[in-house]
Amino acid sequence: MAQTPETVRPAEESETAETRTTPRGGPQGNRWNRWLSPPYLLIAPALVLLTGVLFWPIVQMVWNSFYEYSTRHLLPNSPPAEWVGVQHYTDLLSDPQFWTILRNTVLVCGAMVVLTMVLGTLVGLLLNRLPNWFSTVVGIGMMLAWATPVISASMIYKWLFEDRSGLVNHMLAALPDWLVGSGWLEYQWFLDPLPLFSVLVLIIVWQAFPFIALSVLAGLKSIPGELYEAARVDGAGAWRSFWAVTFPMLRPLFALLLILQIIWDLRVFTQLYILAGGFQNESVYLLSYYIYQQGFSASPPNYGMGSAIAVVMTVMILGITAYYLRIMIRQGETR
Amino acid sequence: MTSTAERRAPRAQTGRRAPNPAKAARAVGLYAAGLAVLVFSVFPVYWMLATAFKPQSEIVSLDPTLVPMAPTLENFDRVLNGQIIPGVSFWRFMVNSLIVTLGSVAIAAVLSLLAAIAVARFRFRLRTAFIILLMVIQMVPMEAMIISIFINIRQFQDTTGLQLLGNLSGILIVYAAVAVPITTMMLRGFVAAVPKELEESAAIDGASNWTIFWRILMPLVAPGLAAASIFAFITAWNEFIVALTFLGRSTEYYTLPLTLSYYSSRFGGTDWGGIMAASTLLTVPVMIFFLFVQRRMVNGLTMGAVKG
Repeated sequence: MAQTPETVRPAEESETAETRTTPRGGPQGNRWNRWLSPPYLLIAPALVLLTGVLFWPIVQMVWNSFYEYSTRHLLPNSPPAEWVGVQHYTDLLSDPQFWTILRNTVLVCGAMVVLTMVLGTLVGLLLNRLPNWFSTVVGIGMMLAWATPVISASMIYKWLFEDRSGLVNHMLAALPDWLVGSGWLEYQWFLDPLPLFSVLVLIIVWQAFPFIALSVLAGLKSIPGELYEAARVDGAGAWRSFWAVTFPMLRPLFALLLILQIIWDLRVFTQLYILAGGFQNESVYLLSYYIYQQGFSASPPNYGMGSAIAVVMTVMILGITAYYLRIMIRQGETR
Repeated sequence: MTSTAERRAPRAQTGRRAPNPAKAARAVGLYAAGLAVLVFSVFPVYWMLATAFKPQSEIVSLDPTLVPMAPTLENFDRVLNGQIIPGVSFWRFMVNSLIVTLGSVAIAAVLSLLAAIAVARFRFRLRTAFIILLMVIQMVPMEAMIISIFINIRQFQDTTGLQLLGNLSGILIVYAAVAVPITTMMLRGFVAAVPKELEESAAIDGASNWTIFWRILMPLVAPGLAAASIFAFITAWNEFIVALTFLGRSTEYYTLPLTLSYYSSRFGGTDWGGIMAASTLLTVPVMIFFLFVQRRMVNGLTMGAVKG
C-alpha cells in the first residue's frame, strides 16, 4: 500500500537528475511533471497513510453524525444508513445527561490541568535549587511515574484504593479519627463520581507532572542568571522574581504545556475504563468515555450519536488549540 | 542586602561561611520537599513490585506490610505459566505487543523520515497544507476518531477482503499512522539542522544522492530518528483503546495492555498478586528503556513541538 524508499528512488533519478544534485528543489524543479518531483514522492507514502487511516475518518465522523447508523448498516447487503440531519445534535443539547457529562468533563479536566501545572512548575523550581546529585535522583524517580504504562498505573491505583485490602483505606483507618473520620476500611472509592474522579485526577497528575517539571527545569536552565541578579538588586523576592522574570521568559513554554495538558486530559479514557470497570455506572461518564460507550457498548451501537459527541469534543479541542496553531503558524512553523 | 548577597551563590558559599540557621532550615526544607516528591513518584511503582512478590496471604492481609515478609515468585509463575486466557500463553501476548510495536515504529520511522526530508529541504506547493494537516491530525484525539476509524477499516475489510480487524495488522497500521505526525515534526528539526552546504559539497565531489543520504544525512539525523522512534515505541506499547476496539474477542492476538485489562476484569479483586505481577512484566521493560533514553525524550519532545 505505502511506497517504500526503493520505489521512490528510481523514479526520482530518472525524472529530476539535475535538480537532485542540489537538494534545494523549488519551483525550477521539474517543469513537466511536478507531481512526480522529489518532495511529492517523499511525502506520498506518509500522506496516503495519514489520509486513509486518520484524516478521512475525521471527515467521516462529521458525516456519520448526521446519520442513524448502527451495526446492522455494516452487514453485507444491508440498507444504507438513514439521514437524520441534526437530530443527534438536538437530542444531545436537550439531554440533561449530556450536560452533566460535559460539566463533569470540564471540571475534572480543569482540576487535572491546574494541579498538574502548579505541581509540575513547583517541582521544576525545586529541582533547580536542589544540589545536582539530589536533583538527578528525584528526576529519575519522577521518570518512573512518567514511564509507567497508563494501564499499569490505573491497575496500581485501583489496587491502592481497593476497599478491603487496599493500602489507602488501611492508612486512613490507622490515622486518628479526629483528622480523617472513621469507617474507611470498607470505603468504596469507585462507586460515586466524586471519590472516583478524585482517584482519576490523582493518577493523571501523578503521571503528568514529571513532564511539566522537567520541561520547566530545562526552561529555567536557559534563563540567563543576570536577569535574576538584576531582579535581586531591585529588591525582588522569590515570588516577585518568578512573576517578573521566570514567567515572562517561559511564557511560550507554559502556553505550550498548558495546551498539551488540556488536550491530553480531555481525552482520558483508559484510566476511567479501569477504575469504573465497564460502562454500567452512567454517573461517572466523561466525554471520551461517552463516545466509546455509544459506539461500542450501547446495544445496538449508536455510531451516529457517538460521532456527534465526537464532533462536539473535536470542536472543543480545536477551539482550544486554534490559538496555539495560530501562534505556531505565525512563528513560522509552517514555513 | 546581606541576605540577597547570600542567595546569589548559595552552593559556593556553604563551605566558607559560618552556618546560618535560616539558611540551614531552608536547605532542610528543600531536601524534605525533594524527598516528598521522590516518595510520591516512586511509591506506587514500589507498591506494584512489592505486591507482585507477596504471597496471597500477605496481599489480602488486613494488616499490610511495607515489604514482602515471605517473598515469592508464585504470582509470576501463575501469570507466565497459568491460563489468564484459556489456551494462550502469556509469552504470546508479549510477542504480539512486540510485533505491533516494532512493526509500527519501523513503518513510521521510514515514512516520517522521507516526509521530514521533503518538508525541511524542499519548497513545494502543498508544503504548508501538509504541515497543517500534520498539526491538526495530532490534535484530534483518537477517542473521538475511534468510531469512524473502526467503521472505515470495517468497510475497507469488507470490500477488499483483507482481514484487518481481529488480528495484529489493523492496529499495526493505525499505530504507524498515529506516530507519523509527531515523528515527522520531530525529525524535521533534525534534518533542517544538517547544513545544506555539507550535502552540496558532497554533490560537487560527485557523490550520488544515495551516498549523500546514507553517508551525510543519516549519521546526523540518527539521534533524532532514535528519539522519534522511542516516542513512537512507548506510545504503541501502551496503547489501549484501538487494541480494545479492533481485537474484540480475538484473544490470541491481545497485546499486553489488553491482556492486563482482561486479567483484571476476570480476577479483579481476587488476584491482585497476579495482576501486579503481569503489570510488572508490562512496565519494567519500558522503564529500563525509558531511563536509558530519558534525556533524549525530553529534548526531542519539546524540540519537535516548540521549535522545528
